[in-house]
Amino acid sequence: MNLTAEKRTFTLVVVTAGTSEPSSTKLLAQRTAQRVTELAQRRGNEVQTHFIGLRELATEITTALVTSLAGPKLQEAVAALGKADGLVAGTPVYKAGASGLFTSFFQTLEDDLLIAKPVVLAATAGTARHALVVDEQMRSLFGYLRSVVAPTSLFAAPEDWSDPALNKRIDRAALELLLLMESGFAEQIRNESWQSYRHEFASDGETALDVDFGSDLMRLAAGGSAT
Amino acid sequence: MQFGVFSVSDITRDPVSGQTPSEAERIDAVVQIAQKAEEVGLDVFAIGEHHNPPFFSSSPTTLLAFIAARTKRLILSTATTLITTNDPVRIAEEYAMLQHLSQGRVDLMLGRGNTAPVYPWFGQDIRQGLPLALENYNLLHRLWRDDVVDWEGKFRTPLQGFTAVPRPLDCVPPFVWHGSIRTPEIAEQAAYYGDGFFANHIFWPKEHFMRLIRFYRQRYAHHGHGTEKQAIVGLGGQAYIAKRSQDAIAEFRPYFNEAPVYGNGPAMEDFMESTPLSVGSPQEVIDKTLTFREHFGDYQRQLFLIDHAGLPLKTVLNQLDLLGEEVVPTLRKELAAKRDPEAAAAPTHASLVEAKYGDQPPRQPRPNANRGDNVTGSSPYQDSDPALQARYPSP
Repeated sequence: MNLTAEKRTFTLVVVTAGTSEPSSTKLLAQRTAQRVTELAQRRGNEVQTHFIGLRELATEITTALVTSLAGPKLQEAVAALGKADGLVAGTPVYKAGASGLFTSFFQTLEDDLLIAKPVVLAATAGTARHALVVDEQMRSLFGYLRSVVAPTSLFAAPEDWSDPALNKRIDRAALELLLLMESGFAEQIRNESWQSYRHEFASDGETALDVDFGSDLMRLAAGGSAT
Repeated sequence: MQFGVFSVSDITRDPVSGQTPSEAERIDAVVQIAQKAEEVGLDVFAIGEHHNPPFFSSSPTTLLAFIAARTKRLILSTATTLITTNDPVRIAEEYAMLQHLSQGRVDLMLGRGNTAPVYPWFGQDIRQGLPLALENYNLLHRLWRDDVVDWEGKFRTPLQGFTAVPRPLDCVPPFVWHGSIRTPEIAEQAAYYGDGFFANHIFWPKEHFMRLIRFYRQRYAHHGHGTEKQAIVGLGGQAYIAKRSQDAIAEFRPYFNEAPVYGNGPAMEDFMESTPLSVGSPQEVIDKTLTFREHFGDYQRQLFLIDHAGLPLKTVLNQLDLLGEEVVPTLRKELAAKRDPEAAAAPTHASLVEAKYGDQPPRQPRPNANRGDNVTGSSPYQDSDPALQARYPSP
C-alpha cells in the first residue's frame, strides 16, 4: 500500500442478467462491486461504478442479434464497457447454463471490446448442482473475448447466502479484480500491442482507424500481389 | 448527381396478399421497373447478383442488355457484381460487351458476397474472400486497360498473352464502384485506382460508414487522384412514399415486419430512427435524404431500394412515380444549391472519354488478321505497340 502515491480513479462496470427485483444475481454483483470500492478506498484510490441491467436492454439485444442494429441503450452500454477498467459480470443459471440474455449481450459485442480487461464472473442458481457453470461455461466466453478473468469466480446457491464463506470469496475476487485494474495491464496491452489483435474496421472508435498499410492485404489492395 | 434504384432481385411472398410471384413474373416485373425508372427521369438502374433462391439474378449482363435495348438514357449498373466467385476474365468480357451494346450506359459495383455456400459452388472459399476480391480486381483492372496481359496470381490460372475481347467501348473501361460495409482494404483499393466507393448503409447506423467514407476520401487524395472532396461516393437508401405520411406508414409496415434481413426484428420506427429508411410523405423522404450529404459530404450517386420484401409491381411503379415526380426533382435542386464547387460530377462514359481523350477521337481498335493459331500474340490490333512482347508457356 502506497499512501503517498497520487489518488487514482477506476471505472468499474457491473453487468447483470438478473430479471427479478430484488435479484440475487444483482445482489451478488453489487456486493462484489461494493467490496472493490472499499478496498480501493483503503488503498487511497477511488472507484466509479456504472451499473448495466440487461433486462432493460432485452429487446435491443435481440434486435442486435438478428439485424446487427444497435439501439441507443445498447450503444450506451457498449460505450461504458469500452471505457471500463474492470468488469463484474453476473447471471442467473437457467437450464444448466448462463441466461440467454447474458450470453446474447456478450455475443453482440465487437470481438475486441474487452481485450485484456479484468473481469470477475458471478452466477446464482436455485441449486448448488449448477456451481460449475461459471468456470466451465462462462469462462470460455470471456476467454474468447480475450479478457482477463479473475482466478476466483463467484457462485451463490440459496444456502450460500447464509454462509460466511461467500463473503470470503467475494473479498478474494474483489481484491483480485482491483489488483488487476491497478496493474494497468489492459492499458499497456492497448498501448503496446493493440494492432496485434484482430479488429473490425472502426470497431473501437478512433483507435481502430490506425490501419496498417504494410499488411499483405493492404499491399494487395494497392495493386501489389498476394503472398 | 445521379439518382436511381437498385434491386437485390429477391422473390418474396407479398405478406398482404399472401402470393409469391413466380420467377417469370418477377423477372418481367423488374424489366418494367427499370423501364419505368427511365420514364420518370431517374438516371440509374442497378441489379444484384445471386446464385440461389429466392433470388433470380444469376445473369445480370443478360438482363441489363435486354433493358439497354428498351431504354435510351438509363445507366445500367450492378449491386453488386461478385468479384470473388466470378472469373475476372469473364467479368471483363461480359461487361465490355454490355458496354458496347448499351453505348456506354454501363458501370459496375463490385462486392464480395457474404453467402458462404456460394463460394464452393464456384470452386472458391469464403475464408479467402478478401484477398480473392482484391487480386481479382487487380487483374480485371489490367484486362480492361492492357491489350495483352501476362499475369500470374494466387487464385487463378495464369494468363499468357491474353487479350480480353471486345476491348472496352472507346477503350474506356466501365466505371467501377467498390461496395463495402466495413472493409478498409476495399476502400483502399477503390482509392488506389481512383474508382468510386459505394456505402450501402441501409441496415446499419451511419457512424460506421462515416468513418469508412472518411478513410476512402483521405486515401483517394493520398493516391493523387484529387482532393478528398473530389472522391466519388455513392450511397444506398430505402424509401416508401405516400402523399400522406400516415398512409405510407400503414401501407409499408406489413412489408417491413416480414422483410428479409431486418424483418421480425426492430420496430419500424426504431429502424427509421437509426438507418436511412424513410417511410413517409415526399417531403419527409426529401428531408431524410438531405441529411446524407451532411453526414457523408457531397456525393455522386444515390440509389434507393424500393422493390423488395414482396412489394407488388403496381405499388413499386407507383413508388417510382412519386420518387420521380415529387422527390428527386427537389433533391436535385436542393443538393445542387448546397454543393461545394470543388466536388466532382458523377462519372459517365462521356465524361470518362473526355477525360482520356480531350478533343481527340477515341481509339477504335481493329484486329490484325487471324494467323490461324487462335493466338493473337503481342500485337493483336493494328495499332498495338509492336515493342510489346507476350510471354508464352515453354513447350
